[in-house]
Amino acid sequence: MKNFLRILSLIIVFLAAPLSSYAAEKVEYLKTDWSFKGLFGKFDRGALQRGYQVYTEVCASCHSMKYLSYRNLAEKGGPEFTEQQAKAIAASFDVTDGPNSDGEMFTRPGKLSDKFVMPYENVKAAQAANGGAYPPDMSVLVKARGGGVDYIYSLLQGYEDPPAGIILDEGVHYNKYMYGNKIKMSNPLSDGLVEYSDGTNATVEQMSKDVTTFLMWTAEPHLETRHQIGFKAILYLIILTILVYFSMKRIWSRVETKV
Amino acid sequence: MSDHEYTPKSKAGKWFNDRLPLLTLANHLTDYPTPKNLNYWWTFGGILTFCLITQIVTGLTLAMHYIAHADMAFESVEHIMRDVNYGWLIRYIHANGASMFFLAVYIHIFRSLFYGSYKAPREIIWIIGIIIYLLMMAAAFMGYVLPWGQMSFWGATVITNLFSAIPLVGEGIVTWLWGGYSVDNPTLTRFFTLHYLIPFLILGLVVLHIWALHVPGNNNPVGIDVKKPSKDTVPFHPYIVIKDTFALLMFMIVFAFFVFYTPNILGHADNYIEADPLVTPAHIVPEWYLLPFYAILRSVPDKLLGVIAMLSAILILAALPWLDTSKIRSAVFRPLYKQFYWILVADVLILGYVGAMPAEGLYLLVARVATAYYFLHFLVILPVLGLKEKTLPIPLSITEPILGGTANLATARNKESSIK
Repeated sequence: MKNFLRILSLIIVFLAAPLSSYAAEKVEYLKTDWSFKGLFGKFDRGALQRGYQVYTEVCASCHSMKYLSYRNLAEKGGPEFTEQQAKAIAASFDVTDGPNSDGEMFTRPGKLSDKFVMPYENVKAAQAANGGAYPPDMSVLVKARGGGVDYIYSLLQGYEDPPAGIILDEGVHYNKYMYGNKIKMSNPLSDGLVEYSDGTNATVEQMSKDVTTFLMWTAEPHLETRHQIGFKAILYLIILTILVYFSMKRIWSRVETKV
Repeated sequence: MSDHEYTPKSKAGKWFNDRLPLLTLANHLTDYPTPKNLNYWWTFGGILTFCLITQIVTGLTLAMHYIAHADMAFESVEHIMRDVNYGWLIRYIHANGASMFFLAVYIHIFRSLFYGSYKAPREIIWIIGIIIYLLMMAAAFMGYVLPWGQMSFWGATVITNLFSAIPLVGEGIVTWLWGGYSVDNPTLTRFFTLHYLIPFLILGLVVLHIWALHVPGNNNPVGIDVKKPSKDTVPFHPYIVIKDTFALLMFMIVFAFFVFYTPNILGHADNYIEADPLVTPAHIVPEWYLLPFYAILRSVPDKLLGVIAMLSAILILAALPWLDTSKIRSAVFRPLYKQFYWILVADVLILGYVGAMPAEGLYLLVARVATAYYFLHFLVILPVLGLKEKTLPIPLSITEPILGGTANLATARNKESSIK
């Protein structure tokens, strides 16, 4: 048994080495203390609500969020706006609906069941408005980037003047965390860009952290439930394993062989 | 099969059993004499059965919500993750379950290699196992295509394009596989169909695998034939059942950790970007469990030869019972083979590592050396070793120390415990 575990753990360490190296990028990302990491990790409700504000006021003019509905904003484990607040948020957007009985499309205020309104009619329109680059949908963006939340958090703070010798085309910006360092998105954040209603100071760092937390939630809306169930499931398995271990010892004590 | 005849005690049982001997089968399975010295490397058979059933059950549930259409597949997966009750849990179990399945199957295969479980009279068990492994790779590959992310699409493009290396008919075969002139909706729907079918083929083969196993019975760490039933064996139930359960639970703890705390670490981030035929990802990498073969494929400069090398690397395993000429099964009594065995393990791990790296410079060189060694091991080292190696004396039975008193490790341990 001991021998078995020793060999097994050695092999797993060997396996883990290439895995981690192909997951990780070479750049050192900025780090911050994410409340949703760890065994009991939960979202910071305030950060999610502020993050939503940053998303709507800053990102949403170009980046869609097509897998989310307004109802999600009031659901457990998310920003947890009250239902009234979520309804008010939904109603502040104009949604195209129809056709009506006359066969016409019409505009009405949004409802909880509506998906987030898209900033552009289609991909081509988005590209045309952004110098040919398509602003990616943000629903699962955090999971779609190798560095995850650390990458997004760093990228938002990674705008710099290009080092000497790098010539940027018109409409291209330098970002030290971007793959290839060239990014079409101009620096989206500046200190005091949004006004937080809870009085938090809207520094670039603060906004980056809030909006990244929000994006983590949009990518993994059930993260809190996952952590809660996970802890219980693993605890249950450990207790059961211990019980089964002793039953096994008891049963095998009838024959003269170690297990 | 066990030697004794079984008659059910109750009249009704006897009546039923005379017509369909299910009770005899159940009795055979509980009484099945198993060598009592099996170590924990032997518990992975049961673990693999668990993995297969888990994949089938979660897969069926996912199929109820998934839409196999190029325009809707990605969205339907997000629908499962967000709106289906516990859909995220089912999908993460299924996605990580594939990795856990391969982790277990690699341990199972390498256990076989160490203890010579593929040797006579167990060749058929081994060959069925290799077919199962091939089908697993096919199922896993097609399953990875279904979410229709960037890695799905480009992985499918790279792998299906391998067939174009076949002279004359290659291009035709690729078009036939795709159901069109590129990877597109017809490819997705047929992959979904096959991904649904293959697990049931595997299930059937698993039944044959176990049936074939129950004819000669289990091999064991000492690698000698044991008399059944005898002092060397224990009935499958409760001894092996409880031990397998214990091992399975430990395995499930690892499994649960992946599912609940790092569900995406084994996948590639690019697969959360919807498939786009116009944008090629910077690095196209297969799932970790296919990396050693990917490394072999890329280490050969010629496309056709690369494909042949990759396929031979798997198929060579089927010939293993005849390539290994040694009469002794267990590596415990083969001091030289034991060393070569660990070199092979290291070789495969190295292949896996370079498979994840770009095929250039030092990585390519290492991949070439490791590929050459892989074939050298099976084609040269094993046949020669079996004829030349001086093996250690093997014991006559699991419980008895060997004659002449030159106790080896396994028997000495058994002796110790029997004194206690």
